[in-house]
Amino acid sequence: MNRRPVFLITMLCFGFAFFYIPILSMMVYSFNGSRLATVWGGFSTKWYVSLLSNRQVLKAAVLSIEIAVLSATFATILGTMAGIAMARFKRFRGRTLFSGLVTAPLVMPEVITGIASLMLFILMAEYIGWPATRGFTTVTLAHITFSMVFVTTIVHSRLVQADEAIEEAAMDLGSRPWQVMKDITLPVISPAIMSGWLLAFTISLDDVVITNFTTGPGTTTLPILIWSKVKLGVTPDINALATITVVIVGIGVFIAGWLLNRAEKARERDIQLAYQANQ
Amino acid sequence: MEAAHRSPVFRRWFNRRGWIKITIATPYVWLSLFFLLPFVIVIAMSFATRTPTAPPFSFGGDYPVMNTNHYARLFSDDLYIRAYLNSIGNATLATLMCLLIGYPMALGLTRVSRSWRNVLLMLVILPFWTSFLLRVYAWMGLMGTNSWFNKLLTGAYNWVMPADMALRYIPMMNTGFAVVLVTVYSYLPFMILPLYANLEKLDLSLNEAAMDLGSRPFQVFRDVTLPLSLPGIIAGSLLVFIPASGELIIPSLVGSSSQPMIGRVISDEFASARDWPMASAVAVALLLLLVGPLMAYTYFEGKSLEKKKAEGES
Repeated sequence: MNRRPVFLITMLCFGFAFFYIPILSMMVYSFNGSRLATVWGGFSTKWYVSLLSNRQVLKAAVLSIEIAVLSATFATILGTMAGIAMARFKRFRGRTLFSGLVTAPLVMPEVITGIASLMLFILMAEYIGWPATRGFTTVTLAHITFSMVFVTTIVHSRLVQADEAIEEAAMDLGSRPWQVMKDITLPVISPAIMSGWLLAFTISLDDVVITNFTTGPGTTTLPILIWSKVKLGVTPDINALATITVVIVGIGVFIAGWLLNRAEKARERDIQLAYQANQ
Repeated sequence: MEAAHRSPVFRRWFNRRGWIKITIATPYVWLSLFFLLPFVIVIAMSFATRTPTAPPFSFGGDYPVMNTNHYARLFSDDLYIRAYLNSIGNATLATLMCLLIGYPMALGLTRVSRSWRNVLLMLVILPFWTSFLLRVYAWMGLMGTNSWFNKLLTGAYNWVMPADMALRYIPMMNTGFAVVLVTVYSYLPFMILPLYANLEKLDLSLNEAAMDLGSRPFQVFRDVTLPLSLPGIIAGSLLVFIPASGELIIPSLVGSSSQPMIGRVISDEFASARDWPMASAVAVALLLLLVGPLMAYTYFEGKSLEKKKAEGES
């Protein structure tokens, strides 16, 4: 294909304009001096000032991060176990159900997961008394459950690509299973575990629907706070909040991408060196 | 650690069988308790009877085994039928639009230089990492009657249409159009990424061969690229269609209340009407009608692919 694919490039430009014009517009309007969110009233940073001095917003942000760190950590442990189970243990009783359980939450409409979890928590409180009230605990439990399967997917696909023969060789040389796990399997999947944690963290930080169902009075995460505000319409301080989010995420993604790119280049160089050494 | 090493109990736990058991059982028990059990509850709840107690349901009374009235109501009450049709219609339209926009974008990504490709892929993923809610919200700002975007569109419309059909603004918020537009916007990365993963692996020499044999570029696309990318098209479409059909945030924020969608109906039945059995019946029907068949399809498709691969290897 030597010809320049004009149509495809045009579509790419159109697509990226579609992706970014709403976000850019929102960022520009976050500096709007007018109280009316869609009418321009001069440049101002007052919405940032009012946002950063809003204790409710800061409290919600801290709570969201706490829940996200906690649930991502548990989700990573459970999800990694499930990923190893799916990739390495080919036959065990109930494997079909297990593979269904680790894929179904990926595609389940969130509303259904939300009401199902809420009913479970209400019935648990009714019959076994724990968790007694809905709030931090129930939200974290729900987040662990629906984000662990994303970790499972990532770890599973990494393990399927990795060479199982290395583990078998270690086993043949007398390593115990847990030594194989510690010395070979875990180092092999550690990048997958890290990106799994990051994904679980983001999913938890972003969730509205499931949190909305499983939370109780007094436990307001940042997305729930935004949700309750935007239901009433467009407000300029949410524009400011969105801008801050996009900037932080953008910087994070670019740093991560740069690091990955560098690691990939270093690896390619190593492979080349190893290849030359073998010649 | 060394002491633990020698302890027979520790060793018994971490011999192969014990290790396997822990690794399988921990996530298994967790998912059974917090994912499977809630679904059993939903199914049971859909056969319960609503009562004014707390929790608002009971079994027994006039319906000793199960109350199937809720399922009957699904077919008799106009609201539910309309909600299902709206959801399916909007999700289908959004999936088609995502395909129409996403396919050329994914194909374009495979044709640009390597360094550009990494940057552009990152730009596809970036909105995905920012809040879903805020992306929906960004469109609320754009579609409002006073926004620059609406004024621009109104200007273009008035310029094209005859003067007696001029509009002061285009009503976009709280319409089915808004729901489809924002759904396309929110789920487009889910279409592009699997399509790109699929298209990237295609062998370009097949295209060259077809060109050498005299095919026009469009014919090459129709006869070579399109059929080979079918798995990507199916994967992307499912990733858009399933969540779009049960979407709650988008119809709540930009949709019209006169065009109910199923996610909102479930949420309203549950939270506002406190009719748990009815909400459960609507949820079960959604699973049976849409999600179940699509998941079964992917499952069997995956099985047949594995089988083909195994046959190819042997």
